[in-house]
Amino acid sequence: MKALRNYIDKIKPNFEEGGKFHALRSVFEGFESFLFVSNATSKTGTHIHDAIDSKRIMSLVVIALLPALLFGMYNVGYQHYHATGLEGSFIEMFGYGFLAVLPKIIVSYVVGLGIEFVVAQWKKEEIQEGFLVSGLLIPMIVPVDCPLWMLAVATAFSVIFAKEVFGGTGMNIFNPALITRAFLFFAYPTKMSGDTVWVASDSIFGLGKTVDGLTAATPLGIAKVAEAPAFSWDMVIGLIPGSIGETSVIAIAIGAVILLWTGVASWKTMLSVFVGGAFMGWLFNVIGPDTAIANMPWYEHLCLGGFCFGAVFMATDPVTSSRTENGKYIYGFLIGAMAIIIRVLNPGYPEGMMLAILLMNIFAPLIDYVVVQNNISRRMKRAMSNK
Amino acid sequence: MGSLFSAKNKEVFSTPISMNNPVTVQVLGICSALAVTSKLEPAIVMGLSVTIITAFSNVVISLIRKTIPNRIRIIVQLVVVAALVTIVSELLKAFAYDVSVQLSVYVGLIITNCILMGRLEAFAMANGPWESCLDGLGNGLGYAKILVIVAFIRELLGSGTLLGFNILNYDAIKNAGYVNNGLMLMPPMALIIVACLIWYQRAKHKELQDNE
Repeated sequence: MKALRNYIDKIKPNFEEGGKFHALRSVFEGFESFLFVSNATSKTGTHIHDAIDSKRIMSLVVIALLPALLFGMYNVGYQHYHATGLEGSFIEMFGYGFLAVLPKIIVSYVVGLGIEFVVAQWKKEEIQEGFLVSGLLIPMIVPVDCPLWMLAVATAFSVIFAKEVFGGTGMNIFNPALITRAFLFFAYPTKMSGDTVWVASDSIFGLGKTVDGLTAATPLGIAKVAEAPAFSWDMVIGLIPGSIGETSVIAIAIGAVILLWTGVASWKTMLSVFVGGAFMGWLFNVIGPDTAIANMPWYEHLCLGGFCFGAVFMATDPVTSSRTENGKYIYGFLIGAMAIIIRVLNPGYPEGMMLAILLMNIFAPLIDYVVVQNNISRRMKRAMSNK
Repeated sequence: MGSLFSAKNKEVFSTPISMNNPVTVQVLGICSALAVTSKLEPAIVMGLSVTIITAFSNVVISLIRKTIPNRIRIIVQLVVVAALVTIVSELLKAFAYDVSVQLSVYVGLIITNCILMGRLEAFAMANGPWESCLDGLGNGLGYAKILVIVAFIRELLGSGTLLGFNILNYDAIKNAGYVNNGLMLMPPMALIIVACLIWYQRAKHKELQDNE
């Protein structure tokens, strides 16, 4: 650690005004403050600095994402070996999944961070750290068969139009990772939904085998067109077809514990998403239309699709969610309820979590406004009555 | 009145096409820019229709501007525009039926196009017929220009064609993994492309930027 610090201090002058690598100063600054907490202090006024800055928060979220990511890699391999009828050991399946997912992670980071670097350099700002998490979220919420160039186009679109035009990290209205997915979903529907995209169909470096026309529908997709599949423990463990990181409830739960224990995510938002989803699912069970998906038990709704992943990692995004404490309950509840409503009532989309969260992203500031105004008028009334 | 093509008249004609574009600078007529630009052909027809109607209605209103009672001027303007729109709509149905089907209600909705009413109120009510004609043509062409640019991008990337001719839909390109972008055919993408055009124009011309 000491040696690293000394090395950074030694090369630092090269990147300062007049140094030979001045053009790369934002890159340097980004790496330096990623490795070490900045020592910069404010010169004027009284400021309170938390010991944990946004780079540390982002690193914690990345750690929380790792269980779901690693399990997602294994599941990619498991689904491939399962669908092609090959025998494979755990290592082979994981290796296959690792090789299938890794290019997506690289593409997402290279494109997203590349744009962030260019913008930071251009506006003479520091590199903003928000993409550390978005860049990992993006490959986890797409199907394994999504082509890399589409991922690159969608990532570029969302970093530019959902983030940079609003002013960068912390200023965005919508969650950039979800905008990436929404772009892919509406621009290239054949590669984002249906029953041919959820299982990788090519062999990679001799692992697995190439099979044409491999099909496997997600449980929600099946429930949309036929019978709802019966609840099974595979749905909880995550050995079902789906987007790369979203399938395993257990792995996501580990991430949720990390986020809640470190205080990065709000338990109020997270809990109320589940309450909202459970309530809506139950309501449809009782009085809903007589379709397979409406009759699916409410607890199955919570396990399937992107519900858990969205609730834990997307809805709790501190930038795009409600910030008032009471607002978090309303925001979360409506996300859960909307997701189930879209699933059950919209004939076109088997999954509604993405659209529900994006929809509530728009309303988050309004919810905050109402909560704050309520508080003001309540206290005003109290002050008046005490007079 | 001066000569027909004096510097001032030229300016009346040319500024709406670039520096005072009704769509990208005044941000008018956005609704139809979203609705008819998923293909190039209807966008061209729509742009020309609006150009013709704006020019003629400007001339007519300019000719009778001194006789219009001020309190009912909007109604008079609407009557003139509605008459012209009906004529254009019937002509389209007679000579370009396919395009008029594609444009559907949007030809009729030219009546409510903000650019038209804006030009009548802001220009034709205060200027002579020749200047008004140039102003109408300029604004119509400025609108048409943006429509054609947006439609060009949307049709090329969304359908892989231009004016219906195949550009990108070949097996070689398909086999390389290229897929047309379905989002381009949806209205939100038109809004984003228009936004990019505005962004480009303001970045290029400092005088268009708001100094707040």
